[in-house]
Amino acid sequence: MRRSGALLLFPLAVLLSGCDLVVLAPAGDVAVQQRDLLVVSTLLMLLIILPVMALTVLFAWRYRQSSTTAIYTPDWDHSTKLELVIWAAPLLVIICLGALTWLGSHLLDPYRRIDRIEPGQPVTQNHKPLRVDVVALDWKWLFIYPDYGIASVNELAAPVNQPIDFRITSSTVMNSFYIPALAGQIYAMPAMETKLHAVINRPGTYSGFSANYSGAGFSGMRFAFHGLSDQAFGEWVTQTKGAQATLSRETYLDLERPSENEPVRHYASVDPDLYGAILNLCVERGKMCMNEMMSIDAKGGLGLAGVRNTLPLQYDKLARRGAVFGNDPSYVASICTAEEAAAASRAARDAGAKYWPVRDLSPLRGAGLLSPGEGSRRADAETPSLGLLRFEL
Amino acid sequence: MPETLTKFIFGRLTLESLPLHEPIVVVTFIVVALGGLAVLGAVTYFKLWGYLWREWFTSVDHKKIGIMYMALGLVMLLRGFSDAIMMRLQQAIAFNGSEGYLNAHHYDQIFTAHGVIMIFFVAMPFVTGLMNFVVPLQIGARDVSFPFLNNFSFWMTVGGAILVMASLFVGEFARTGWLAYPPLSGINYSPDVGVDYYIWALQVAGVGTTLSGINLICTIIKMRAPGMTMMRMPVFTWTSLCTNVLIVASFPVLTAVLTLLALDRYVGTNFFTNDFGGNPMMYVNLIWIWGHPEVYILILPLFGVFSEVTSTFSGKRLFGYTSMVYATIVITILSYLVWLHHFFTMGSGASVNSFFGITTMIISIPTGAKIFNWLFTMYRGRIRFELPMMWTVAFMLTFVVGGMTGVLLAVPPADFVLHNSLFLIAHFHNVIIGGVLFGLFAGIAYWWPKAFGFRLDPFWGKVSFWCWVLGFWLAFMPLYILGLMGVTRRMRVFDDPSLQIWFVIAAFGAVLIACGIAAFLVQIFVSIRKREALADHTGDPWDGRTLEWSTSSPPPAYNFAFTPVIRDNDAWFDMKKAGYRRPLSGFKPIHMPRNTGTGVVLAVFSVALGFGLIWYMWWLAALSFVCLIATAIGHTFNYHRDFDIPAAEVAQTEEARTTLLAAQG
Repeated sequence: MRRSGALLLFPLAVLLSGCDLVVLAPAGDVAVQQRDLLVVSTLLMLLIILPVMALTVLFAWRYRQSSTTAIYTPDWDHSTKLELVIWAAPLLVIICLGALTWLGSHLLDPYRRIDRIEPGQPVTQNHKPLRVDVVALDWKWLFIYPDYGIASVNELAAPVNQPIDFRITSSTVMNSFYIPALAGQIYAMPAMETKLHAVINRPGTYSGFSANYSGAGFSGMRFAFHGLSDQAFGEWVTQTKGAQATLSRETYLDLERPSENEPVRHYASVDPDLYGAILNLCVERGKMCMNEMMSIDAKGGLGLAGVRNTLPLQYDKLARRGAVFGNDPSYVASICTAEEAAAASRAARDAGAKYWPVRDLSPLRGAGLLSPGEGSRRADAETPSLGLLRFEL
Repeated sequence: MPETLTKFIFGRLTLESLPLHEPIVVVTFIVVALGGLAVLGAVTYFKLWGYLWREWFTSVDHKKIGIMYMALGLVMLLRGFSDAIMMRLQQAIAFNGSEGYLNAHHYDQIFTAHGVIMIFFVAMPFVTGLMNFVVPLQIGARDVSFPFLNNFSFWMTVGGAILVMASLFVGEFARTGWLAYPPLSGINYSPDVGVDYYIWALQVAGVGTTLSGINLICTIIKMRAPGMTMMRMPVFTWTSLCTNVLIVASFPVLTAVLTLLALDRYVGTNFFTNDFGGNPMMYVNLIWIWGHPEVYILILPLFGVFSEVTSTFSGKRLFGYTSMVYATIVITILSYLVWLHHFFTMGSGASVNSFFGITTMIISIPTGAKIFNWLFTMYRGRIRFELPMMWTVAFMLTFVVGGMTGVLLAVPPADFVLHNSLFLIAHFHNVIIGGVLFGLFAGIAYWWPKAFGFRLDPFWGKVSFWCWVLGFWLAFMPLYILGLMGVTRRMRVFDDPSLQIWFVIAAFGAVLIACGIAAFLVQIFVSIRKREALADHTGDPWDGRTLEWSTSSPPPAYNFAFTPVIRDNDAWFDMKKAGYRRPLSGFKPIHMPRNTGTGVVLAVFSVALGFGLIWYMWWLAALSFVCLIATAIGHTFNYHRDFDIPAAEVAQTEEARTTLLAAQG
């Protein structure tokens, strides 16, 4: 019996030894901690699961009909002590697991700056994080390095043992940015920004991909993530800076058109406002940025003039078709030029302020009615002027 | 014909909409068409149309409607499984630069259709069918509260299934994944008919599901036999009650969110678009506020089945009835507080994630209590390993693993590395196959003799059992491992050759499951052939404990000649122990609802309405909408809704049973 079991397990062991269980053996400290939590949780639950499985088999065998020795108590259906155990045992495990979950979720929150490079090696002043802006395109990944003014497609590089701060968005639909060896995933969503903080501890080439289906070219949305030594990373930056191509708003619009299985590309320079424009859906000139619009709205909006402030859409990524009974596809026209909008938004960011003032959270009163305390602003709202666009910091 | 006229009549339906360029679809169409023609031909040849129409399609008898739901589930299982095995084959061969045999356009439809069909048109009809058949019998009722509504609900579910099936041959199905997240499912990124098929199929079927939920709640609340207090209801009835409460509370959310998506797609609103103030996250939240209760809608009734089966086949009262009931209620309530665990990875804060992670874990406490209760029902029992009990033991061993991986996924940091991976796929198949499907097979084997008067053939049942159980483990354990290797779901091609072996193993598992399905069909066929030898005339083949076993198999149209009086939660067992004797005289006429074809007609108009909306055939949509409303109003003027079964006929039916029982000795 035991021998046949071993014989059965042998091929499994051979198979498993041949594969790379990257989730269980990652190369980045965040993923390592996530792995640890995964293993501890599993062990905790096995405390309940294994006895249950064993008891199931035991009782099924012991109390089979053909057994002549087993006790039979057809009317026994209650035992307060047993009920207590039945409810308390899982409860205890869940209390432990719940505590782990609370701690783990907060410590490993992807939005939280990492505080250690490795166990025993805290992050210090000397560790300047590498900033990477990630954009999920149809169907490839764009990585912008604002510190170096360079960008790459379907290739990501980072020095080992240096914190990496990712800002992540998407151009059209939802994707999920995932490098199993580095850290857990986070969604990349259009007009929204998510964040991820991580560090890679071992040099090597790891695979990254989109973990959320995003359309026809999804399977090919893979990239290589290179964990490099400081020197090798420097060389990689130099090499990228030597590339022919540059990434401006115009070349970006070409790049973002849907394409599948894209090769690696490097860009020697990047328009510094590009990421912000992608995030705010205003790479095309003349389109109003989302943050600009939100700023205006937060101050009461443009009133009826805002409704009329749309232009027919000339271009969109996928030969856009509007809803059959809807208006013709349109976009909200920008009030200032792309450069002015970007400069204002940059100024707000550098000043460390929010893009727009705190919103008036008083209840909505219905269309056309004034919010409480808005009477004075209303006059402005009906005659839109650039004055509205000043960012109150 | 001028182009505008063609466009008016056919909307955006053109010859190019027929997938003639996809050889796989064309062959499928030919096979389905030939099969369909053969069935239609056989029905015509044996002159069965009249019989089917009078006795089944227009029937308001909850037992027949229940059986029709099961038949629908079985047919759709074949379709859903075909999709599954096509995916397994594609993933097993698409390595080393091979594109496999499915292009993205086809493959993406297949995984979407697989999910939609398996949840909405396999699991839901099976579960609803089982509840429909069993609940009125268990509570000593003669039918459900609203018999016509029941028939209408069934045909609306069929209507949704017809729209999904039509998408295979006319146009295409959604290429978005089974929950159709915007912006991908918005008009900008999915301009074709696929998502519209998805929306209208679910809307039509959703009407049926919601109404059937209302119906069963009323039935359970209002139509229990005298003496059956809430705490004397059989556990299956309890779990059905909770499930239908979940249905009524959650399906309107689905209807609303799909309506909003439809508005985005049809009239250019911006609920879920990227710009103009739309917010796709709202869709994700809303769809999961429906979606998470949905998984409990599927599993709760099966928990009830396992309770009935364990108690019956262990020859013991159910251990901890009260805690079983409260566990069910707790699960019902908690299932509304966990939806966000489906998108921990979308950037909610750590406290929000922890809250939803911990509520999710708390659900495992009542679930664990249930498992222990079944365990201690077996303890000191006398277990007969008939098919239903075999399924139950297999369930207990399989489901706990799925439960464990589920709780694991509820730990947000663990979810960050496992979300959307094949580990997740393995997890939910582990609970849905290991819980819902095993439970359905247990339930079918358990109640089949009640429905048809003969047992299912045990040999083929065991073949099916072992193929399913081993096939499941073979098909899904490799996916757990692949998930730990960081492989994500819905991939069409792979570049890492070391993964291939696992996909090949999984494909073999799927083939084994195919054998399990085939053996199940053979089992039904063989059992019908051998029905004389397998016959059960007692009405109580398993030494049952609940009320449905007190009447004949199959039960008469009126279920019970006299409404029983209940004194214990194992009502029938208590009656047997107290020396119950069937009343042999004193029958009275029985008031029953009359059959009607209105449900079929309404469903036909709903399908036409859906089809018109999908293809922009506005005249068809308007016409069928008007007809739909007119028929519904017209039906309110139908005053021939009921009739009385004469006392003589009841006496005759009961007399026949007396003779049969006497022959048994």
